[in-house]
Amino acid sequence: MAVITMREALNQAMREEMQRDGNIFLMGEEVAAYQGAYKVSKGLLEEFGDKRVIDSPITELGFAGLGVGAAMAGLRPVIEFMTFNFSILATDQIINSAAKMLYMSGGQFKIPIVFRGPNGSAYQVSSQHSQAMESWYAHFPGLKVVMPSTPADAKGLLKSAIRDDDPVIFLEQERMYGIKGEVPDEEDFTIPLGQADIKREGTDATIVARSLTVPLALKAAEELEKMGVSCEVIDPRTIRPLDIKTIIESVKKTNRVVVAEESHSFCGVGAEISAQIAEQAFDYLDAPVRRISGADAPMPYAKNLEKLALPDVEKIVAAVREVAYLD
Amino acid sequence: MATQVVMPKLSPTMEEGQLSRWLKKEGDKVSAGEPLAEIDTDKATMEAQALASGVLRKIFVEAGSTVPLGEVIAVIAEADEDISEIVARAQSGKTGAENKKSIEENVEAGQDGAQQELATVVPEGARTQATIQEQPLAGDAGEDGSSKSSDEAVQASSGGRQLPAPPPPTVNQQPPTNGDGAPDGRVIISPLAARMAAEANINLQTLRGSGPGGRIVKRDIEAVMSAGGANQPQSQSPQAQQQQQPSPVEAPPQAPAQQSQVQGAAAYREVPVSEMRRTIARRLATSLGPVPHFFLTTEIDMDKATEMRRSINDLDPELKVSINDFIIKVTAAALSQHPQVNASYNDKTIRYYDGVDIGVAVALEGGLITPIVRGTDKKSVGQIAREVRELAERARNRQLRPEEYMGATFSISNLGMFGIDEFTAIINPPEAAILAVGQAKAMAVVRDGEIVVKQIMRVTLSCDHRIVDGATGAKFLQTFKKLLENPLYLLA
Repeated sequence: MAVITMREALNQAMREEMQRDGNIFLMGEEVAAYQGAYKVSKGLLEEFGDKRVIDSPITELGFAGLGVGAAMAGLRPVIEFMTFNFSILATDQIINSAAKMLYMSGGQFKIPIVFRGPNGSAYQVSSQHSQAMESWYAHFPGLKVVMPSTPADAKGLLKSAIRDDDPVIFLEQERMYGIKGEVPDEEDFTIPLGQADIKREGTDATIVARSLTVPLALKAAEELEKMGVSCEVIDPRTIRPLDIKTIIESVKKTNRVVVAEESHSFCGVGAEISAQIAEQAFDYLDAPVRRISGADAPMPYAKNLEKLALPDVEKIVAAVREVAYLD
Repeated sequence: MATQVVMPKLSPTMEEGQLSRWLKKEGDKVSAGEPLAEIDTDKATMEAQALASGVLRKIFVEAGSTVPLGEVIAVIAEADEDISEIVARAQSGKTGAENKKSIEENVEAGQDGAQQELATVVPEGARTQATIQEQPLAGDAGEDGSSKSSDEAVQASSGGRQLPAPPPPTVNQQPPTNGDGAPDGRVIISPLAARMAAEANINLQTLRGSGPGGRIVKRDIEAVMSAGGANQPQSQSPQAQQQQQPSPVEAPPQAPAQQSQVQGAAAYREVPVSEMRRTIARRLATSLGPVPHFFLTTEIDMDKATEMRRSINDLDPELKVSINDFIIKVTAAALSQHPQVNASYNDKTIRYYDGVDIGVAVALEGGLITPIVRGTDKKSVGQIAREVRELAERARNRQLRPEEYMGATFSISNLGMFGIDEFTAIINPPEAAILAVGQAKAMAVVRDGEIVVKQIMRVTLSCDHRIVDGATGAKFLQTFKKLLENPLYLLA
């Protein structure tokens, strides 16, 4: 298996899919000539030409709407947001058009579109550019929401997302574009949407982590192992549809759960997971589900405060110790 | 944190107690477990011990006074702590009545060991010294032992996947009480622990949780279960353990102190049924009940077989033939002559097997399995010996393939190595019979009117009466006996 970066894995996924299907095109700010703000679309303009790799003006609502229309007309657009913070401008097209069209047209119009781009915090980009948006999009029926945490997952899931006939919100993490990992060489490597991955098996506590918090949770699990606590780390990978079954099975085994997420806790994905655990595995819980989330405040610019506002290994370790009644 | 010391219920009929003597005075430092006062109840004089460490700040009840159950008799607190509120409330007299009510409820909800289940009441947030323990009898150091063994049991039961033990309680650690979260005396418990307790029939009133705010959690229930189940003296509160463990230094285990307090049904622990055990249960329950068994026992003179075995092994030590290998070989030969015993009853038909496949019971950790020597009748003793050794080895490593232990035509179970003289085995359906083999040992027997010493071994044949009648079984055993007593027949 080749070891490549998350950025390269995403690039490969798009390239392979565009080679496979001429209806797929990429549109967004700086995706063509500049090859992407994060260089995810490197080489695509050269290979596929400017009919299929299109630089848009700075008009999120506009090009998101173009994408939805193109999808209705039979194409398979991939819309890149320079960051998902800017997708806020496009939410009317995403939520009111893309998510609803299949239902409101009585099944006549499917919307095979992928909205993708970096999500969550980066390095000192402050309040307006550090938001994790998954709970927004996961909230509305009609959208699928995907959050990979490894290059392999990124590639396999993006290919599935592009092939999916429903609108998919594909959330990359700005801090993770450079992380490296093994990616299977097989030509048609895909990972089905809606399937969680047990990133580490354990028996004493379950850590449900996604995107940025997956490597943190794995590190925390290593430290906890030294303290005699065996942690299972589950990465749902897809937030919608959520593979709650895998999580519940793990809870039944470990009886204790910590959800680690970069986003705010209030009305967040962690809250949803906690609620579903309470509904489906109440009698298996030996401790309340504990959430480690981003601070309930706008992201500070200051480096030290930014660090405090984000989940880290120490916070996850402390939370697991708490639910395991070790402190 | 200030701790109120209350008049405890020291006997089931106690309504009030006389404070006969204070053993500490105001301003004295006290440590958890130290005697505080002597109290006369309607039955006896008992010593009240401090449950918290600190300074005996205030004594409300003078020696000689009689006060009702639940009355606050003193306060233990830090030297510089503000206790004015507690003092005011205690002096208002309200606390006592509330406490008394709670004590009675607790005792009622608890069990007969009311001397153990003592007042635990905490009015409005302040902690109350819940328990004043009955003073152990002189020389009776066992309390430590019992609590230790309970702790050890928790550890022992934990295996590899238990969380690390919580830090041992220290003397200045406040006992968790209901007061933190449930002034109404509600049991605070995790959903999982509640379910486990319900399933194991554990009385939660006797239990104190080790979680935050006194929450009863999984490990507390496991501790009770491994200490011997519900309603055991060991299942007492951390307060009691705290008293019993003034220091975390290991004390040698001692006999439990209060044997007389063991009451109710015997303790037990429940472990999940393993897959193997479940299979054994399912298979054998289709045997002795539905299959009408009868049993035939005979004695075999093993002198010649023993001699022959020795000779064979002398010829080739590599063979390592055992007596059991001889028994297997002879059984196969006898079955060839008595096909009625090498058969299965199938409701509408009786299946007689052409060949002999003998299952040999092998004991495993947590169960047993019967690997099969296929075509036993066609194999030499040496072949059988090798094959049985190899099968048993793989059986112990759980490496047998299903076809290697399923579908024998006859089974042999040998408990001779455990010193068993004779026993009856349960048929492994659909086989028609099983041979239970006891140990061979030197015995005085009568031969030609003389008492001589012989190697005698008893075997019992269990037969499925639906196919094997008494005489059929007896004739088979007769052949078996003849062959084993004269193994040269195997060559004839």
